[in-house]
Amino acid sequence: MAERQVTVEAEVGLHARPAATFVQTATKAPLDVTVAKGGGQPVNAKSILAVLSLDVRQGDTVVIKAEGEGADEILDQLALIASAP
Amino acid sequence: MTALTGVGVSPGVGFGPGYVLAYETPVPAPGARHGGDAGAERDRATRALEQVAADLEERGVRAGGEAQDILGAQALMARDPGLAVGVTGLIDAGKSAARAVYEAFGGYREMLVDAGGYLGERAADLDDVRDRAIAVIEGLPLPGLPSRAAQPYVLIARDLAPADTALLSRDVVAAFVTEQGGPTSHTAILARAMGVPAVVACPGATSIAPGTPVLVDGVSGLVRPAPSEEEVATARNAASARDAALAAATGPGMTADGHAVPLLANIGGPRDVDGALEHGAEGVGLYRTEFLFLDRTTAPSGEEQEAAYLEVLDAFPGGRVVVRTLDAGADKPLAFLPPQGEEPNPALGQRGLRLLRAHPEILNTQLAALAGAAARSSAKLQVMAPMVATAEEAAWYVATCKEAGLPSAGVMIEIPAAALRAADLAEEADFFSLGTNDLAQYTFAADRQVGALTALQDAWQPALLDLVALAVAGAVEHGKPCGVCGEAAGDPVLACVLAGLGVTSLSMAPAALPAVRAALSRHTREQCRLAARAALAGTSPQGARAAARSHLPGLAGLAL
Repeated sequence: MAERQVTVEAEVGLHARPAATFVQTATKAPLDVTVAKGGGQPVNAKSILAVLSLDVRQGDTVVIKAEGEGADEILDQLALIASAP
Repeated sequence: MTALTGVGVSPGVGFGPGYVLAYETPVPAPGARHGGDAGAERDRATRALEQVAADLEERGVRAGGEAQDILGAQALMARDPGLAVGVTGLIDAGKSAARAVYEAFGGYREMLVDAGGYLGERAADLDDVRDRAIAVIEGLPLPGLPSRAAQPYVLIARDLAPADTALLSRDVVAAFVTEQGGPTSHTAILARAMGVPAVVACPGATSIAPGTPVLVDGVSGLVRPAPSEEEVATARNAASARDAALAAATGPGMTADGHAVPLLANIGGPRDVDGALEHGAEGVGLYRTEFLFLDRTTAPSGEEQEAAYLEVLDAFPGGRVVVRTLDAGADKPLAFLPPQGEEPNPALGQRGLRLLRAHPEILNTQLAALAGAAARSSAKLQVMAPMVATAEEAAWYVATCKEAGLPSAGVMIEIPAAALRAADLAEEADFFSLGTNDLAQYTFAADRQVGALTALQDAWQPALLDLVALAVAGAVEHGKPCGVCGEAAGDPVLACVLAGLGVTSLSMAPAALPAVRAALSRHTREQCRLAARAALAGTSPQGARAAARSHLPGLAGLAL
């Protein structure tokens, strides 16, 4: 299982546009992708409602995981979105 | 009908007939069940959600801009895989498609409402998606608004969904008024983007009879049904006078009698420079350097840093640029600056200067890069340290900066201890910069991130003003300048008070500069001093503000 740990840099946290872009990107991947806040319970990264419910704010750390072919590529993209200011 | 009051979230004055949006989707009965064909029922629900998603997306594309983002996020909600699983499960248990949709949304809705704040305001978006899906399933008409009108109307609603408002324009809507919503609600965001006045959190607004002429002031939050012609004219004149006054005040910041108070910009990197210049910033009063360091496994090289510093310096030839050295800490952890132990209270932990002292190589590289950039530019570079508590820390920092070849080194005053012993710190530092946000957090023991404590974050709190006065007095004793770079500096009324207290420069978000420039230019230094004295005599933030305003007559012309 590959994973990335990043700090959320956007002022709005992983809400609003960053959350939508994150979920849209995850949805395109033919793999299961999860995201967790800090050491918390991972949720489906393709679910906007689950991602919003994590209530990830600026400065929080998230852990994104995926398994299978292309996992590293999708995780790199998601890590970039999550950490964009 | 008497005037109503809400929260003004988009400035300007609007007047027109009230259009009251009263649309409610009936709640499907709790016992509503389908006829037994779960597969067909699941298809109905799935098709309805997809139709709603496609419709929202299509409206978004037509509207463009901010609205497109918002409607796109709503479309994602309609297509949420977790929600689909919930709906399917409920239908398999016998619930009708409409009831299953209602209940599946309910769980998420509760979670958002419980979270409050920004997420709480998203509950309205979710409700709108739910109601649209239920309307499609039940064959009910979808909510709609007149997108053409002979005369622009004042749109009044309990709350507005972005799908309702996205396709409206200022030719059609004179103002928005909602009973619910806050400053970050979509109504507020879209109204500002459209340049239409808006008042939210205005109880009783939907009881205004449809068609009643309504006057809306998006600054004061006043909503007056059936105003007199005179009231409309007065409000309109005040709004245009304000616009004219803001546009008329140009040039460097100074009081009416010519006492200079340089107006500077707070920036987070080279990308913010254009906004600062556009609003007439005379320099940079706070350059946050964290952006260079976050989300990296190793510290940025000296060359990379130097380039980023030089880019900002070059935008202000001959001007002043105050750079805050790295302000990292337990809540903004950096892989290459490991915390030295567990920190249960990050705000009280090893952050700012405390962390840099534990990692001198990081500070030395940053200072060398700053000195390198300064040598290649005509701007006057100053550096300052975050989170300084004692004169000893100030002395250490200043000595370190001087060794690096930086001639001007100051400290931020954001810890009450530093304000209380400001004279001791002023002996060591070349200047002060007051960070009022953190100073309020530490003075009132009130976490900045906790929404419930915002009243204690009010920069008009008399205890905070006392500490500002103490810091200024300490600086004056040693002939050192003392600026302010917190939110307080961007409040035009408070800016006059700060100038009256003896603050020597004000640094703020670039958009706040014009109103502060205009407010200062309309008052003498003596009026600012009287306002400051009156504010210090207050016993509450409201009292301090009201007392200060009574000495600042020029605010009336700005409709502030």
